[in-house]
Amino acid sequence: MSLRTPPLRETHADRGAKFTEFGGWDMPVEFDSISAEHEAVRESVGIFDVSHMGEIEVTGPDATTLLQRLTTNDVTALDPGEAQYSALVREDGVMLDDTVVYRLPDDRADELDATAYLFVPNAGNDGDTHDRWVDYRDEHDLDATVRNATEDWAMFAVQGPEAPALVDAVASVDTETFGRFDAGYTTVADTECWLARTGYTGEDGFELLCPWEAAETVWGAFDEAQPCGLGARDTLRIEEGFLLSGQDFHPEEEPRTPFEAGIGFAVDLDTEFVGRDALADATEPTETFVGLELLDRGVARHGYDVTDDDGHVIGTVTSGTKVPTLERAVGLGYLPTSHADPGTHVNVVVRGQEKRAQVVRPPFGDD
Amino acid sequence: MSFDVPTDRRYLESHEYLTDDAPYRVGISSFAQDELGDVVFVELPDEGDTVTAGEEFGVIESIKAVSDLYAPVSGEVVAINEALFDTPELVNEDPYGDGWMLEIEPSDESERDDLLSADEYDDQIQ
Repeated sequence: MSLRTPPLRETHADRGAKFTEFGGWDMPVEFDSISAEHEAVRESVGIFDVSHMGEIEVTGPDATTLLQRLTTNDVTALDPGEAQYSALVREDGVMLDDTVVYRLPDDRADELDATAYLFVPNAGNDGDTHDRWVDYRDEHDLDATVRNATEDWAMFAVQGPEAPALVDAVASVDTETFGRFDAGYTTVADTECWLARTGYTGEDGFELLCPWEAAETVWGAFDEAQPCGLGARDTLRIEEGFLLSGQDFHPEEEPRTPFEAGIGFAVDLDTEFVGRDALADATEPTETFVGLELLDRGVARHGYDVTDDDGHVIGTVTSGTKVPTLERAVGLGYLPTSHADPGTHVNVVVRGQEKRAQVVRPPFGDD
Repeated sequence: MSFDVPTDRRYLESHEYLTDDAPYRVGISSFAQDELGDVVFVELPDEGDTVTAGEEFGVIESIKAVSDLYAPVSGEVVAINEALFDTPELVNEDPYGDGWMLEIEPSDESERDDLLSADEYDDQIQ
């Protein structure tokens, strides 16, 4: 199957970016160096092309009901122009994806004669998610329009301590009026964009959706920011202990509930949703998502075993790297709650050798 | 983009180089370090170990990938570059100089003839 390409594939290639396959997309993994890009986001500002993220629009009289039934958080808590982190789970409570749900402003909703939402599934999940929404809508006879708008919208993330000043300079918006998880329409380079104070790097910053055909112009407006690839995105999110869909949880290969994955805050058991009853019985899991810091030389990687002092395998590393600015090898993974307290000594098996490690509560850079 | 391929050494298809005079120095090419990106860890054999031509002698890890390192010739490891344990980024900064990995005293000089010349290697990475 051929790879899907973001609208700026050639622009990035001309800039010297290296590419990798991710979620079925051909995406830039590195522009200059992962270290330089990671550092730019921590110390100044970086921009990521995340156009591989899906966009699903849900509108109509029953749009709220449909989202309430298929996401774990309470979507009725959203006012127009607000964003919410949420999870998508199966009937048995296993996570299919995590997502951000935006409620579009009322003026736009009026145009559409309904409440309107947009949410962002992870790369490669847009098709299945769209179908799941349509199937559920039809089965329950709900009045809502569900549209897969993934290739209508390019998406960029502008992240770092200098991100607000840059967005102020480039967009028709005063970022001081934007609290964390606020969202709204703005104009960048004469293009109407959807802007939200969200991101996945642990830094202050914004995510910006613009029409696919305007991607070049809008990207160009942020030329003061360091272009960053998926490599830096991975080291930044690992450093914060943020989950990566498909790697830290996966419905078949790493089936996990939101409680195991440490995002129980995105589950509202007072709402009615698919998987709610299973999750109500799973609020105190026996295994939980932890951070690991290697004390010996070596790098923890996805799939490596974690052992206890007796050499018994007690878990697996789901994500691992050496974080550029930390000079330490760190990982994420699941351990029995008996071994999950910070400071607990465990081992990570690196190419057959046990390397000493300890459990840490992310973010790793916070000490 | 073109990469520096010094003519005073020979190369493996897997991007390791071998200097001209014994004991030979072994490292990876500038092309290889660029492909790997930021090198964060290098695992090397001990001094006194023997290595075999074409077989793994160690591992190099960048932020994004783990790769095996292959011995260009057979012989005894007479020196390792311990500086790489604390500053693996030397492989990125100076792959043909301070970023070297091993010195090998060869057990069979003729194995060297099986390696690529600089021109042949340069063709491979174009």
